[in-house]
Amino acid sequence: MALVSLTGLSVAFDGALALRGIDLSIAKGEAVGLVGESGCGKSVTWLAALGLLPPKAQITGSVMLDGEELIGASAPALERVRGGRIAMIFQDPTSSLNPVHRIGKQIVEALELHRGMTGSNARTEAKRLLDLVGIPDAARRLDAYPHELSGGQNQRVMIAIALAGQPELLVADEPTTALDVTIQAQILELLQSIRRQMGMALVLISHDLGVIAEACERVAVMYAGRIVEEAPVARLFQSAAHPYTQGLIGALPPMDGPRQRLAAIPGGVPEPWAMPPGCGFAPRCQFRSAPCDAGMPGLVGVSGQHRAACIRLAPAAMPVERMPA
Amino acid sequence: MKAGGALLEAEGLVRRYAMRRGILGRAVEVRAVDGVSLKLERGRTLGLVGESGCGKSTTGRLVLGMEAPDAGRVSFDGAAMPQPGSIAWRASRARMQMVFQDPLGALDRRLPIATQVGEPLEIHGVGARSERAARVEALLRAVGLRPDQGTRYPHELSGGQRQRAVLARALATDPALLVCDEPISALDVSIQAQVMNLLLDLQDQYGTSMLFVSHDLRAVRQVSHRVAVMYLGRIVEEGEPDGVLHEPAHPYSRALVSAIPHPGRAGQRIVLQGDPPNPADRPSGCAFHPRCPVATQVCARETPVLKARPDGRLVACHVAHGEITAGQGHAQKEAA
Amino acid sequence: MLHFVATRLARAALTIAMVVTFAFIVLRLSGDPAQIIMGADAPPEAVDAFRVAWGLDEPIWVQYFSYFWAILQGDLGRSMRDGRDAIVLVTERIPATLALTLPALAIKICLGIPAGIYAALHRNSLADRMVMIIAVAGFTVPSFVLGLLLVLVFAVQLGWLPSGGQESWRHGILPVITLGLGGAAVLARFTRSAMLEVLGQPYIRTASAKGVPWRAVVTGHALPNAAIPTVTIIGFMVGTLIAGAVVVESVFSWPGVGRLLVVAVANRDLAVVQCILLLVAITMVCANLIVDLLYGLLDPRLRAAPRKAA
Repeated sequence: MALVSLTGLSVAFDGALALRGIDLSIAKGEAVGLVGESGCGKSVTWLAALGLLPPKAQITGSVMLDGEELIGASAPALERVRGGRIAMIFQDPTSSLNPVHRIGKQIVEALELHRGMTGSNARTEAKRLLDLVGIPDAARRLDAYPHELSGGQNQRVMIAIALAGQPELLVADEPTTALDVTIQAQILELLQSIRRQMGMALVLISHDLGVIAEACERVAVMYAGRIVEEAPVARLFQSAAHPYTQGLIGALPPMDGPRQRLAAIPGGVPEPWAMPPGCGFAPRCQFRSAPCDAGMPGLVGVSGQHRAACIRLAPAAMPVERMPA
Repeated sequence: MKAGGALLEAEGLVRRYAMRRGILGRAVEVRAVDGVSLKLERGRTLGLVGESGCGKSTTGRLVLGMEAPDAGRVSFDGAAMPQPGSIAWRASRARMQMVFQDPLGALDRRLPIATQVGEPLEIHGVGARSERAARVEALLRAVGLRPDQGTRYPHELSGGQRQRAVLARALATDPALLVCDEPISALDVSIQAQVMNLLLDLQDQYGTSMLFVSHDLRAVRQVSHRVAVMYLGRIVEEGEPDGVLHEPAHPYSRALVSAIPHPGRAGQRIVLQGDPPNPADRPSGCAFHPRCPVATQVCARETPVLKARPDGRLVACHVAHGEITAGQGHAQKEAA
Repeated sequence: MLHFVATRLARAALTIAMVVTFAFIVLRLSGDPAQIIMGADAPPEAVDAFRVAWGLDEPIWVQYFSYFWAILQGDLGRSMRDGRDAIVLVTERIPATLALTLPALAIKICLGIPAGIYAALHRNSLADRMVMIIAVAGFTVPSFVLGLLLVLVFAVQLGWLPSGGQESWRHGILPVITLGLGGAAVLARFTRSAMLEVLGQPYIRTASAKGVPWRAVVTGHALPNAAIPTVTIIGFMVGTLIAGAVVVESVFSWPGVGRLLVVAVANRDLAVVQCILLLVAITMVCANLIVDLLYGLLDPRLRAAPRKAA
């Protein structure tokens, strides 16, 4: 039984489609990676699901959380979900914390909202959470301001805030991108140990396949507002089916073996207002053929849990979707 | 690839800054670069790796003479680097160029790309006006841009195209040395590969020497012939990229390598505790000892020197040189 | 903290000294006070006698130092017109000016800040555009134009309010509105842009993602941050409490400090002009000092030393 399922989730800004029909489900306790380049819609997907996009964003489709529809839900209903059942942390931890409030207060705020804790109870719990995320000298750090902590520590604080509401799903949006390599390793370890302890599901959004490979069981590759491939992590690295995924893996400099030119994907990501008529990747794809431009290919099963949206996989049986208007 | 002979040599570079802690604080001396020596051969690339605050970017600026070192000297093509700001220095700048992380910030938003690519030609008086247009076109092609894209403004190009434009501008005066400061970190993965390929092609074609400053060991391996790992203003290890990547000798390099996200690596990684220390508060002895898994008491007292191991690898570590046996260190693996 | 206050005070003293010096130089160089006060037709002997009496025959630097020395001792000199102490002349006008500027300040704050917040929260709505149009108008229309316009409508046309003078509280209404509206417009613009800037910050998104209701996000997370730039402008407005009404006082013939300044300048009444300038400089400097201290209260980043690694 899926904890969260997105069906046909689409988002348009000023008429330009940023997200073009996302189908994805997250099971309880599962770790799913969402990988793709800037503008592919990986962050927009979850901001849309939680109603965190500006009002001008037009959202269609469905986001079900345990049988409860989130798209179009009332403000109080969404406020209970945000931080309470689905928590989210972001890329730049230092600017994601309010500079004028002590970190203790920022944790306690979430405890009050979702667990009704106040006063010294809340403070004790906030200290426990800081201990849990590995902040040394937690009791004193409660009274620190974000600018007094390092980026890595601030990301730990963000995680503590996220954990305050005891969520069933944590969405981590590029949580290590702004951090140094050794600090990135610390945060990834922390996310994993916390997930094991709390049995919480994790959606890890990243541009870095390596990061996702380490922390996730399943990965969905996004391109131009669509999921183009979905597979268990090991399977994806062994036999990626979509040319874009193959390109992403090929673009990663190898750690060993002879050094040769990287298999770079030519060109750049299409802008939302200038989407190709059919497959979004077609203009950069070495296997492009005429049918690629006829319509957007849907996800088809490659094997087991492995699905990809490429016309070469099953040309005859290929379900072709028309662009949503 | 043409090679041979040192193009750039730096010896004992030191750069200090006075950092005031707040309005009330005393000025504290920060050694951003603390005795860095490096040698770059013609047509070769030296990768400089490390985390933020390790002094790798400052080192890049020092070797270009964009900042004057407080101690040490830089020689370029066998001659000492002229005084920064002097006429000789400005003339020498045509032969060495810098490429920054943020291509949008490095370009002037109000000028079309071709004008900016041609600017160094004008500044250094290269060629006649008519020849310059042809040269700009050739440069744009060399970096994989179409000549018609020269009429565009920076905001009309994608991030990768902008970085290509920056490279074209840097190459305009046919420099012997290119210092690239995190040239790919702001780009998407598929575009990073394009730019790395481009750097290799350009080196092949023009024999440019490069100093490639990056936090990304994978990228450094891809483009460099040698790699130097920096920690808190000093080089702690230097050698062939494959050697450093596969058999890192310094405990810090080992941690850096093991921190590279890599499918299947999870579970066997060395996770360093704590944050990189503040350069204003440099630990005694080996600066890495508070985070080092094998540090001993000696490490807290005595500063290791960067010297060659029998196999030629340069390492600054008491343990790696076998002078002492590995200790328990201060860092333990995080409890799962 | 002590060090901070001490440097600020030293800087403040320097600022005031510079203002005094500047005023002295400009006023001495722009015409002979003796000639102006005695009138063009005065006999040369009378003018010379006046000069000797007021020390104007001394070399300019002697005049400057004796003037400066007197100020240090708290002696601000006497009016060359009627021989009364300049400080008395000026201080007896202060209540009248404050009677205009204090209510005007209240209008600026009570009108400008809510309007700015509302406009920012309803960006690009009709209300936002209306607020901005009014704000730009209030920003660009000089106060004498607005003042005259109000006189024309409410005094001349409608006859509801008096056009000038200081006989009753009703005489104060138009000048207060004239002063208040312009300032409210400035404040609305600043508050709006400060709010918009803050609302775009990642920590606002974090607060929403935590499940904080929007109203609490605005009051608890956005406003404290937006207050920081807004306080600067309010501080500036407090600094102009004494001398910010020169034009409006002239338009409405309001006998405040501003009017006194205009008259004193026209008469080259050096002591009075310098006394007013000194007073203005002191209020300005004090307001700035308060703003600086408030910054520390509002923004913890400015309070202590940055402890982060470089």
